[in-house]
Amino acid sequence: MYIIEMRNITKIFPGIVANDDITLQLKKGEIHALLGENGAGKSTLMSVLFGLYKPENGEIYKNGEIAHINGPNDANRLGIGMVHQHFKLVHNFTVLENIVLGVETTKTGVLQMQEAREKVLALSQKYKFDIDIDQEIRHISVGMQQRVEILKMLYRENEILIFDEPTAVLTPQEIDALMQTMRDMANEGKSILFITHKLDEIKQIADRCSVLRKGKLIGTVDVAETTKEVMSEMMVGRKVILSLDKKEAQIGETIMSVRNLSQRGIESKSHKLRLSNINFDVKAGEILCIAGIEGNGQTDLVYALTGLAPIDNGTITMNGKDITRAKIRKRTESGIAHIPEDRHKHGLVLDYTLAYNTILQTYYSPEFQSVGFLKDNVIMEHARKLIDRFDIRSGQGESTSVRAMSGGNQQKVILAREIDRDPQLLIAVQPTRGLDVGAIEYIHNQLLAQRDSGKAVLLVSLELEEVMNVSDRILVMYEGEIVADVNPKDVTFAELGLYMSGAKRMEVAV
Amino acid sequence: MKRDSIMSFLSSLVVLVIGLFVGFLILLFSNPGAAAGAFSTILTFGFSSMRNIGDVLHGATPIIMTGLSVAFAFKTGLFNIGATGQFAFGGLVAILIGLNFQGMPDGLRILFALVAATAAGAAWGAIPGLLKAYRNVHEVISCIMTNYIGMFLVGYFVEQHAFFAIENRSASLPTNSNLPTLGLDRVFQSEILPGLIRSSDINAGFFIAIFMAIVIYLILNKTTFGYELKACGFNRDAAKYAGINENRNIVAAMMISGALAGLGGALLYLSGTVHIAAGNNLLPYGFTGISVAFLGLSNPIGIIFSGALVSHLFLGGARIQLNFPIEIVEIVISIIIYFCAFVFLVKTFLGKHIGKLFKGGEKS
Repeated sequence: MYIIEMRNITKIFPGIVANDDITLQLKKGEIHALLGENGAGKSTLMSVLFGLYKPENGEIYKNGEIAHINGPNDANRLGIGMVHQHFKLVHNFTVLENIVLGVETTKTGVLQMQEAREKVLALSQKYKFDIDIDQEIRHISVGMQQRVEILKMLYRENEILIFDEPTAVLTPQEIDALMQTMRDMANEGKSILFITHKLDEIKQIADRCSVLRKGKLIGTVDVAETTKEVMSEMMVGRKVILSLDKKEAQIGETIMSVRNLSQRGIESKSHKLRLSNINFDVKAGEILCIAGIEGNGQTDLVYALTGLAPIDNGTITMNGKDITRAKIRKRTESGIAHIPEDRHKHGLVLDYTLAYNTILQTYYSPEFQSVGFLKDNVIMEHARKLIDRFDIRSGQGESTSVRAMSGGNQQKVILAREIDRDPQLLIAVQPTRGLDVGAIEYIHNQLLAQRDSGKAVLLVSLELEEVMNVSDRILVMYEGEIVADVNPKDVTFAELGLYMSGAKRMEVAV
Repeated sequence: MKRDSIMSFLSSLVVLVIGLFVGFLILLFSNPGAAAGAFSTILTFGFSSMRNIGDVLHGATPIIMTGLSVAFAFKTGLFNIGATGQFAFGGLVAILIGLNFQGMPDGLRILFALVAATAAGAAWGAIPGLLKAYRNVHEVISCIMTNYIGMFLVGYFVEQHAFFAIENRSASLPTNSNLPTLGLDRVFQSEILPGLIRSSDINAGFFIAIFMAIVIYLILNKTTFGYELKACGFNRDAAKYAGINENRNIVAAMMISGALAGLGGALLYLSGTVHIAAGNNLLPYGFTGISVAFLGLSNPIGIIFSGALVSHLFLGGARIQLNFPIEIVEIVISIIIYFCAFVFLVKTFLGKHIGKLFKGGEKS
């Protein structure tokens, strides 16, 4: 008997079978990991369980009885709760208000919060959440917000808890606390489905693990009896080299130099600075990494460097030339390339073809136009060259609409475009976000190749593993400041975590 | 790409058939006995003689222009609901020039009227463009306002400087200010009674509209300017990232959009058949242009056909007023056009389901 059993689930989207005859069985009181690369079908499967998608085939059983789930309300009624990757919280509501939202107790139409308050406090104490339930969501940290999401499920007395990549936004210390909480809840008899692509976490906490690859269930294994290597191979279908072949860095001249950079936030003009007195140099032949937890000013910094947002104070120079007030196009022409954080927002025009996306910053150059008319033949030829060189896969080659391409290949289009411009400085912001292992490896190697050909690379990353593996030097950002400047060889994961969470800082001199 | 064109065509056809069906139901409801005949009139009257074919094309001319206007702005991510005001402004300028400047050679005066009307439309379109680019005022709001300001201004100028008081409308142009017919009147003519031959009103304006559709097609698809405009329309943030000057493009797009509508106004009023009625009425052409643009899926070449189709419906609709009150006729035509607004919905729907059919075919 399983508390939840999904039998022979098949879900088809136009052009892709997202779930192909998947059977997933969740035992009561277990922590069951769902492992797979991006696009393997994990989120789709969970959305089916949560009633957000209707499968073409297959049934869901709860305690052996067939369950019809047509929406989140049905799922909730069956005791299924989910912590989404992007939290579903009302930012100007308090913690307590968020928790009761949707299941408020009322007496003749008037809210009765006292009862709810006591219940939430009791739950919070039981799991040692240490949370101020009268704070507004926008004033608490991401880790705390996640606890609010967990409390929401507990308050509703859900017994099947789904966590969608819960550790992506947390510091190492917060991850440890979350793991403890999950273990406590499992011991209480709750059943947990844990979506992830991090093998360490599975090894650390899960009882069983189901591995998905390209929409198919590869197998369900007992975690204690299986090695990480085996699970990794199940996930990607081939052996993966987990470390990079990295040569010594040949550090050269300073390419970009940032001095006393400060930036007020748009929303909080009177409050604290979004960026406060940032100083650093990026040199030719090095990969300088900006590490930090999401939302500590990295995005603002990149916007300031690339010209997407103006700055309040400070100077930015590129090869000795002041570009502090230069327009985006001038900066691009001065040798800055930018792989943006959000490839759909900034990086690509999704409705343009692959070829048109490869000329986004160069369409006006004599190479691609004459007297205002685009040279389509040249543009197509150029795109075909990039497709060959960067192994970009797509349905219809250079005339594929970028919207129809996979995330990894979309990222390759951006990478190809930016590297092909032969920039002096490549600013890569979370270039591997949401990509599968193969694509990550490829992109890391391309960054290293840039470095080895004497270019400067500024990598902004949230993934500690990436930070440690790829970079030559690490700057840690915390609340808009640089709080550490370290060499990856001299620092441990735990120490980085302390810097990232503001528990530790050092004097940083340029 | 080719499959996409087929889908576009199919979906336009589907919405049209649904619209016609619902329109037919309304005719049936209003006057059951005459419904079938009237319906067939709506469908066939425009084809029934060479003269009518000419009139359909002539009627299509202004709405092709406003359709292009709306579509052009739409490609840049702007909704130009102000085509009506720009159209009226262009029309006014054309009428004023056509009435005066009699010292100029005819050809030059007509050309001057066309150019000036285009410029007037561009200027009127620039206002919402500038407000959007530099003050972040939503173009729909400012377009509605410029429509009304335009309406009152045009009304004022007509009454002061180009008034024909007996019929309470703008004065008729001297025939030497009309667009040349290029012999089209002799091609599109028919014998309406034995011995009585009547010509269509069609003139060179129709060719100008087609020419503009081709120009707009080329601008959008073949030039760096079109590349920038569409990049802004598809993804404003990516355009900014690419260093494209978004504000300049917004203003340029609204000016070109306004210019197209303004030229449309000139083409209509320089034909000598239609006048601006006194009093304060928003002209329908700009709004019809929205339907035309949608039905043509914002493709300049598609708009030539959707414009002709809508004009065909109008002509047939006018014919059935013998048996149906004008209100019913307008409701029917509006419903048919209204359904055209669902064309994107249908396209998505077809895309999903026909896609499935294709797949099924591959498997079996």
